[in-house]
Amino acid sequence: MTTEPQTAAIDAAAARMRAWEIAAEVPDPEVPVLTIGDLGVLRDVRLLEDGAVEVDITPTYTGCPAMSVFTMDIETALLKAGFPSVRIRTVLSPAWTTDWLSEEAREKLRAYGIAPPAGKASRRALFGDDEVACPRCGSLATEKVSEFGSTACKALWRCTACSEPFDYFKCH
Amino acid sequence: MTSDLFTYTLRLADDAAILGQRLGEWCGHAPTLEEDIGLANVALDHIGQARNLYSYAGEVEGAGRDEDQLCFLRKEREFGNCLLVEQQNGDFAQTIARQLFFSAFMLPFWRKLTGSTDETLAAIAAKAEKEAAYHLRHSGEWTIRLGDGTAESRARMQDAIDLLWPYTGELFEADGVVERLVAEGVAVDPETLRDEWRATLARVCDEATLPLPPEGWMQSGGRSGRHSESFGHLLSEMQYMQRAYPGMRW
Repeated sequence: MTTEPQTAAIDAAAARMRAWEIAAEVPDPEVPVLTIGDLGVLRDVRLLEDGAVEVDITPTYTGCPAMSVFTMDIETALLKAGFPSVRIRTVLSPAWTTDWLSEEAREKLRAYGIAPPAGKASRRALFGDDEVACPRCGSLATEKVSEFGSTACKALWRCTACSEPFDYFKCH
Repeated sequence: MTSDLFTYTLRLADDAAILGQRLGEWCGHAPTLEEDIGLANVALDHIGQARNLYSYAGEVEGAGRDEDQLCFLRKEREFGNCLLVEQQNGDFAQTIARQLFFSAFMLPFWRKLTGSTDETLAAIAAKAEKEAAYHLRHSGEWTIRLGDGTAESRARMQDAIDLLWPYTGELFEADGVVERLVAEGVAVDPETLRDEWRATLARVCDEATLPLPPEGWMQSGGRSGRHSESFGHLLSEMQYMQRAYPGMRW
């Protein structure tokens, strides 16, 4: 008598897990070495009664234009995988922080030529910079060119040892 | 009858949207490429905050107005932003002074609003607070660089501070809407932010070798819809698309 609901529950759990994995693999359109799973942008995935998948994401920066691309890409990926309909919800709390970037994600950034955030977002000073290591040669002889870079999440730096300009993923 | 929460949220949204629009005017015109990108980035943060706040205001109002309708289809006298944010860009120093005064206020404001009994405002504040910290750092560093720079840059930075100073009083105004919401634990009492605001400005301006103007007569009117002459021109540009093509979506 109990086998059917149990099987259904197991199926639902497996489907949810599958949906989660598919959503988590969606790459960041602006920093394609990172996925939304790496970033911590993906918050929750739920299967609804009507078979739809509901995905919670949290914005990195409130005005980040990549968020609308994220939304479309997640929807496309899940629809392609056979889920009948997808709903994306944006949740603001708790606020996203670069502290959630895993060691693996930081290493991916470095390999891609972007210096990962130095230090903890929770311990920030009004002025004064963190020590940022050049993602190419590793030198700490670096200087900030601009507080802002090509996307909301990055600042522009340059290495005085190897002369390379590079992006720095800001502590946020 | 509009609720206090709607009015309060809408004012915050208007502050963010109008400052975002002003900063956006620099796009393609800033003194250097890096700063062009920088100001556009700050503008984007403000527009993002405005979107969240307008959407929430629309929800609170419950009359079916969305973020676009609230931002693009209201008239000049219906906007409740403070006068400071609508002041024209002027030269680069004026833009920096405007940003310094505003972000030095908004950083502690958002920090305090994260403790609001209104969960949505608290959540919006938690995101905005980090952005404000970065804006303050950006405008603070420029104030120091320009103030403690050449005779020309110093004179311009001082002029900008003197010019915009009378618009800072409005940041601390609290009418019935604010008072009632403070009592409910929803809003922030702006007076409680004054010491930190002054201390931040003193720290930056000391290092910039710029004296701060004495307290004095302050401009007022933005919160009740009485705006500067240039404000109508700002709206005509900002609202053009929705006015010309009502209901248009990207």
